[in-house]
Amino acid sequence: MIKVEGLSRAYGNFMAVDDISFVCKPGTVTGFLGPNGAGKTTTMRVMVGLTSPTAGEVTIGGLHFHDIPNPGRHVGVLLDASAQHAGRTGREVLTIGAKTMGLPMSRVDEMLALVSLDDTESKRRVRNYSLGMRQRLGIAHALLGDPSVLILDEPANGLDPAGIRWMRGLLKGYADRGGTVLLSSHLLNEVEQIADEMLLIGRGKIVARGTKAELLAGAGGVGTLVVAEENAVLTAALADKGLTFTPVGSGFRVDAMPLDIGRLAAERSIVLSDLRPVEGGLEDLFLELTSDTQREDPNVLAQAATTAGAPS
Amino acid sequence: MSTATSAPMTLDVSQTARVPFSRLVSVELRKMFDTRAGRWLLISIAAFTALVLIIQLWVVLAQDQTVTFEDFAAGANIPMNILLPVLGVMSVTSEWSQRTAMVTFTLEPSRTRFLAAKFVGTLIIALAAVVVGFTLTIAANGLYAAFSDNPVTWDLGPFRIFCFFLLYVFSMATGFAFGMLLLNTAAAIVVYFVYSFIFPGLFELGSALLDWFKDLRPWIDFANAQNPIIEADVTGKEWAQLAVSGFIWLVLPLVIGVWRVLRAEVK
Repeated sequence: MIKVEGLSRAYGNFMAVDDISFVCKPGTVTGFLGPNGAGKTTTMRVMVGLTSPTAGEVTIGGLHFHDIPNPGRHVGVLLDASAQHAGRTGREVLTIGAKTMGLPMSRVDEMLALVSLDDTESKRRVRNYSLGMRQRLGIAHALLGDPSVLILDEPANGLDPAGIRWMRGLLKGYADRGGTVLLSSHLLNEVEQIADEMLLIGRGKIVARGTKAELLAGAGGVGTLVVAEENAVLTAALADKGLTFTPVGSGFRVDAMPLDIGRLAAERSIVLSDLRPVEGGLEDLFLELTSDTQREDPNVLAQAATTAGAPS
Repeated sequence: MSTATSAPMTLDVSQTARVPFSRLVSVELRKMFDTRAGRWLLISIAAFTALVLIIQLWVVLAQDQTVTFEDFAAGANIPMNILLPVLGVMSVTSEWSQRTAMVTFTLEPSRTRFLAAKFVGTLIIALAAVVVGFTLTIAANGLYAAFSDNPVTWDLGPFRIFCFFLLYVFSMATGFAFGMLLLNTAAAIVVYFVYSFIFPGLFELGSALLDWFKDLRPWIDFANAQNPIIEADVTGKEWAQLAVSGFIWLVLPLVIGVWRVLRAEVK
């Protein structure tokens, strides 16, 4: 639905976005991940025509954003929840949107209810809104025209944990009904639970993409953390099987599936006190991939994979 | 949502019409009223105009002066000439300073249509200002007629109303142009005031000191060229001077301003 082809945007000598391509499919949530200043916002701004590309192009449903009539009815956009007139009430912000798109005013009430802004809150000026309330208002504004595509820049920013969970459910349901969602974040855990597809961007380039499982596999496979009652017996068994392992905390990180280790332990009658898949591997991968100096060094990737999940 | 499920990867826009221009204009008009700042600016324009005319009338009656309808029209033009440009400036710059342009342009990507709608919106306000200014001028002249024994003149012809409209549109549009040029409320207002309060003094000084400048001035001093319109008595040469100076101070800034807004990156 959203198609980015060879997109670049330069500011002087600085490449904010450097030749990136990707596709967001209907019915999926695509997570756009990267540290601050990686080029996420620039990419999204180009998508909706606020910034012109230096090279390449973006189409939404086969059209340039400029060529979509009454775009609010097709593409819901939230680029910056604070980009609202501080002197307008939340309700007025939505009213202006609804009037521009030619929607009935009942739609404003529906959206306010959807994002749980009550009547009193909706009549307060945006100046007095917390960031979380602004985000809710921004999401309401993006959904106002019942669009089939959603482009959200850091929508979870400022939401409390309950709000983040609420937004996850909302976007998941939206994608399940056939909508296309692209949302950006600099926080992995905000998106890893809902994103069907993840794009990792660092310094203007896409450094990794795929589902969570694919990303982990690309980073050296799934690992297992294991602790045995007698670690010496375990290491002997692992070495026997030709499995590589590294000591981590009181146990080991093994490059194998938990099931294989369990089987091995059962065969050799080794008592295990802990056996689990490596958690947080994605987080480390994300940090390594997007860090400035090391992201293109393959050795670092390998290292990231082996040390991933160290209990700290 | 039906578009996504029935035709994946493409948007079905065949059932969607462009946002009609009239709707854009009405939304832009609404934006001028729906904040406290905007509402009070509009109210204060009417209030200051009334206040200036009351003071003028009071002085005239107290000193038993003889005045014409044009004098009251000129009085009404003073606050309008100061505040309408501010309104024109703010209608453009608030989109940038409050960063709402980001939202506006995702609902109407054509900036040309957006600017046109905004400009038409300010013209409608200018029309409303004409009604207010003209009514207040008539009221002031009526009170003068009632309380003074001096001769009274009336000029309610269409040309007089047209002159009101021209003046107010010039004020509003100049502010609009300066707003587009600078895209910053404070800077645009300051530059406008420098232009409208300091430049006339410089023009005056220049023509007093330099002979060649004295001949040039009527063609480049837009404020001065508007004086015949305040009087509602304009000769052919004065129209020409108005056109030339207006081109410099109104049309050029408008053109450059539009160019800037069309290109400006919205942050």
